[in-house]
Amino acid sequence: MTGCESVPLLPEPKKRDREMAYQPQEIFFRSNAPVTVDEDLCIAHKGCTVCVDVCPMDLLAINPATQKAYMAFDECWYCMPCEKDCPTGAVKVEIPYLLR
Amino acid sequence: MTHSAKNRSTLEQEYDIVVIGGGTAGPMAAIKAKERNRELRVLLIDKANVKRSGAISMGMDGLNNAIIPGHSTPEQYTKEITIANDGIVNQAAVYAYATHSFETLSQLDRWGVKFEKDETGDYAVKKVHHMGAYVLPMPEGHDIKKVLYRQLKRARVSITNRVVCTRLLTDEEGAVNGLMGFDCRTADFHVIKAKAVILACGAAGRLGLPSSGYLMGTYENPTNAGDGYAMAYHAGAELANLECFQINPLIKDYNGPACAYVTGPLGGYTANNKGERFIECDYWSGQMMWEFHQELESGNGPVFLKLDHLAEETIQNIEEILHSNERPSRGQFHANRGTDYRTQMVEMHISEIGFCSGHSASGVWVNEKAETSVKGLYSAGDMAAVPHNYMLGAFTYGWFAGTNAADFVAGREFSAVDARQIETEKARVYAPLDREHGLPPAQVEYKLRRFVNDYLQPPKVTRKMQIGLQRFSDIQRDLDQIKAHNAHELMRAMEVSMIRDCAEMAARASLFRAESRWGLYHYRVDHPQRNDSDWFCHCHLKKDEKGEMSSFKKAVEPYIIPLDAEEMQAYDRLRVGAFAA
Repeated sequence: MTGCESVPLLPEPKKRDREMAYQPQEIFFRSNAPVTVDEDLCIAHKGCTVCVDVCPMDLLAINPATQKAYMAFDECWYCMPCEKDCPTGAVKVEIPYLLR
Repeated sequence: MTHSAKNRSTLEQEYDIVVIGGGTAGPMAAIKAKERNRELRVLLIDKANVKRSGAISMGMDGLNNAIIPGHSTPEQYTKEITIANDGIVNQAAVYAYATHSFETLSQLDRWGVKFEKDETGDYAVKKVHHMGAYVLPMPEGHDIKKVLYRQLKRARVSITNRVVCTRLLTDEEGAVNGLMGFDCRTADFHVIKAKAVILACGAAGRLGLPSSGYLMGTYENPTNAGDGYAMAYHAGAELANLECFQINPLIKDYNGPACAYVTGPLGGYTANNKGERFIECDYWSGQMMWEFHQELESGNGPVFLKLDHLAEETIQNIEEILHSNERPSRGQFHANRGTDYRTQMVEMHISEIGFCSGHSASGVWVNEKAETSVKGLYSAGDMAAVPHNYMLGAFTYGWFAGTNAADFVAGREFSAVDARQIETEKARVYAPLDREHGLPPAQVEYKLRRFVNDYLQPPKVTRKMQIGLQRFSDIQRDLDQIKAHNAHELMRAMEVSMIRDCAEMAARASLFRAESRWGLYHYRVDHPQRNDSDWFCHCHLKKDEKGEMSSFKKAVEPYIIPLDAEEMQAYDRLRVGAFAA
């Protein structure tokens, strides 16, 4: 069976180039924030950072655009200091969906 | 928020005493060090904010181990804990707590912590343990952190929040002479020289993965990732009886306590699916957890907390306490699922594994002065190996650590810190930030903790634990692939390395003790019997001269409170109807 010999050989892949072709890519997972803030009640724009200060996991931050508090990281222990210590009652903690 | 190398600073400070961890034991240690010597510069450092950090972030609903004159004695308590911990205790350490317990309680009372009292003004002590009465409710215990914070300010303790401590510094003779860490918001590196360090970092609560699969749905405050255990280990300290895991009975999915210590004295109890009692006593012990596990896995399972037979005013009282203290979101959880204490039993489950001497016996070894085996290093609270020490034990050993560290540093000079240790740690800490691409910390943590469940969750099997060790060593390589996008992720990345160290310690400690002991906490299927002739001893673990984890036996110290054979068996008869031999 000499016919096979006529099949053209694929070019030798240049190993180094092929590796470069695959760039690492990140996918960000969606999550529903268990801690939400009533922006009408939040007084972070006046300098309040109580909820940001008391979160043991350091999950809350002040949004520079709105000057209001928000949940920046989804690692909530549903422990409640942010809600209990907020001077205006602007913070609501819900049990994370996975446990609800 | 890129925290690139050129924006990072290194801050250097020095204090006579640094207390790491501002939860329960830490604040007490800092205050008592200052009380011992006002001139000392004392720093309390926390990765969260001392105002709301630690296991008692939202307060506590009761003392589980108060030894109050007229209700119990230190001798009786020492016996009870000796029995509950299957005889493997340093009685001197337990007895030192017991004799000081009432003084600690009185101090907290004077500071303004509210305890339940009866109509005569006496403490309203309840019986929950198998033998004695030590439980003192704190229906208004939600303010305890505020009380402590006020005292910290009064005592002029310096406070640094949001700095994650990662390693201790040691001098030429092996004594601790400082610590290193980084700011979880700015990524600045901190080097703090100290004459003594007190570790009060809480339990290793992020070891196992909760059965919900939610990474931060742990029993312990998830900030308590085992940092203290890892730091102590790398500084050369001995850790004791780590194989005596913490495993607790908790509300299923919510994964917080139900809580039988509150409800028990009011008539609630742990029941099977028939609503029947199956354990004599709800006090958390390995033996109790064994019976709980048996019932959970049997045809009578699952297990419930039964309150639906109680009177309306009792239920209201329970709701008031449970939904405002310790884990106040319990109320919301029950409401979401339509669970009403009046009509339904509360479904219970078993927690993930962890290290915690506050509840079991797994901790950094300390003596009755809160000294570890490393010079200049003290430890207190959940991470220090005084069995079943709970919150009042944390306060008491914090007190001991503060006072003794203050005496230790008197007349002691700062010693030169080793630049090489600092450079090595700085390189280790910043690697995940400087790496261009890599694994997300949360995924590595998830996989690591799933392996912990797969291979270490009791009943323990030798071959499984050996495979687990291989997997944990693979994860060690993965740590070199983690990418942190910001200082917050860097905190999680560093925690993964500490959790990994704890996972390896848990496997090695469990493999070393070739017997079963402490009920479910260390039940080995292929060594099912308790073997007192070979294993009536402590098992310690430390970093050896070659930098490897090694385990060894330590004799149990002679008892100062002797027990007779009949007493020693009290906790073997926890199942209802078990024949009292």
